[in-house]
Amino acid sequence: MENDVTTRSSCCSCTPQENASQCSCGTSSAVPAIRTTDSTITAANRLDHFLARWGVRRGDHRVEPGLYRLGNATPESPVFASANYTLSFDALRSALAGVDAYILVLDTKGINVWCAAGKGTFGTEELVRRIALTGLPFVVSHKKIIVPQLGAPGVSWPEVLRKSGFSVEYGPVRARDLPEYLKTHKATPAMRRVDFPFWDRVVLTPVEFVHVALPAIIIAAVLWFIAGPASGLAALAAVIAGTVLFPALLPMIPTRDFSTKGLILGVLIAIPFAVSFGSVPELPGWASALAAMTPLLLIPAVTAYLGLNFTGCTTFTSRTGVKREIFRYVPVMALMAGAGVIAGIVLGAGRLMGVI
Amino acid sequence: MFNSYQETTLRLDAERCINCKRCTQVCPHAVFAEGKDHVELARPAACMECGACALNCPVQAITVESGVGCAWAMISAALRGKDMDSGECSCGGDEGSCCGQSPEQSCGCDNK
Repeated sequence: MENDVTTRSSCCSCTPQENASQCSCGTSSAVPAIRTTDSTITAANRLDHFLARWGVRRGDHRVEPGLYRLGNATPESPVFASANYTLSFDALRSALAGVDAYILVLDTKGINVWCAAGKGTFGTEELVRRIALTGLPFVVSHKKIIVPQLGAPGVSWPEVLRKSGFSVEYGPVRARDLPEYLKTHKATPAMRRVDFPFWDRVVLTPVEFVHVALPAIIIAAVLWFIAGPASGLAALAAVIAGTVLFPALLPMIPTRDFSTKGLILGVLIAIPFAVSFGSVPELPGWASALAAMTPLLLIPAVTAYLGLNFTGCTTFTSRTGVKREIFRYVPVMALMAGAGVIAGIVLGAGRLMGVI
Repeated sequence: MFNSYQETTLRLDAERCINCKRCTQVCPHAVFAEGKDHVELARPAACMECGACALNCPVQAITVESGVGCAWAMISAALRGKDMDSGECSCGGDEGSCCGQSPEQSCGCDNK
């Protein structure tokens, strides 16, 4: 996984000390090659971003870890830390248009800053290691590194200071606020807040849908053949509601819990199907009722489950809360789904036996 | 009613706080507010338990059971007979989050 062959000879292999710059073991103090980059987002970059958003070769949207020079960086220029995910790195370098700086790309295995920080791959250890590997102490004359605020769940500034001598300055949440931030090196409260606006939610929906598309299409096709086109359509509607409509409408759907939001959305989606299935004139009363109940039980169970799974993509759900949701609502969803399946089987059996 | 997010594991020991305000810098939901002698928990229910404050507090005045609020990771851990808290996936990224989407790669929530 490591591609640091060229950098291995850098500041020997001694543990980085507070005065890493004075590390004098070995003979080679050669600073490994610094890559150059710019702030331009090319058509190829945009295609890469598009594919990343659709989950195409999701692990391949990587940047080579290491130190990058942006503009005419000098030893006095600021250093910014980033992840080796193209969307992260490109957001940073494009936001720094016109700024002379160094970018230290950590090896986060192609994962964005926040997610990697939660996992610890964007963390104290990798930051300290990368500072030493790239010979950063020999490249710049200061001991300061600007880390994105969302890297903080993985980075402990006292530890970084102790182990590398570099002091961490937490920059704003969003790279696009950097030009404003760099004027004073103070972030406004708004720059420190994470939100989750409409567009941020919508860009996540392609991957959400792609993730469940294959089983959804198979189930829809099977239902289409054994229960009719409308049933196949109902299955697709449930999945699209859970993966696309749910994220898009998130704050507009009543209640705070994701499961109840999903149930509400699911019932709304199910009503037209329930009306249509339950109003077939030749069916006896009990079969009409059962046919209407089936989508009302199945669709909300599916959208609620998909909605609950969206918690991991949001920017605000706590583990304590999500766990509570799981214990509260997953049994309800399972019961609804089970009852819906049984209702469907009874209807199918009734039709086979010629009762309805 | 229908709000499972009112309590979190975040605790602040105000006695220990040296008012360095680092927590106010790293918290993405303005949970902490500046106070006279120490920071205050202004919006405790907004805490998402990311753990940034506790990790960056130089005097260990903050504790929180940090983890990722990802139902997908917890349910898949539970289904595989593992501890729900063992899922180490970290989601919620604002630049293409990972969890519940692509188990093979992305955040690797499915890998370990």
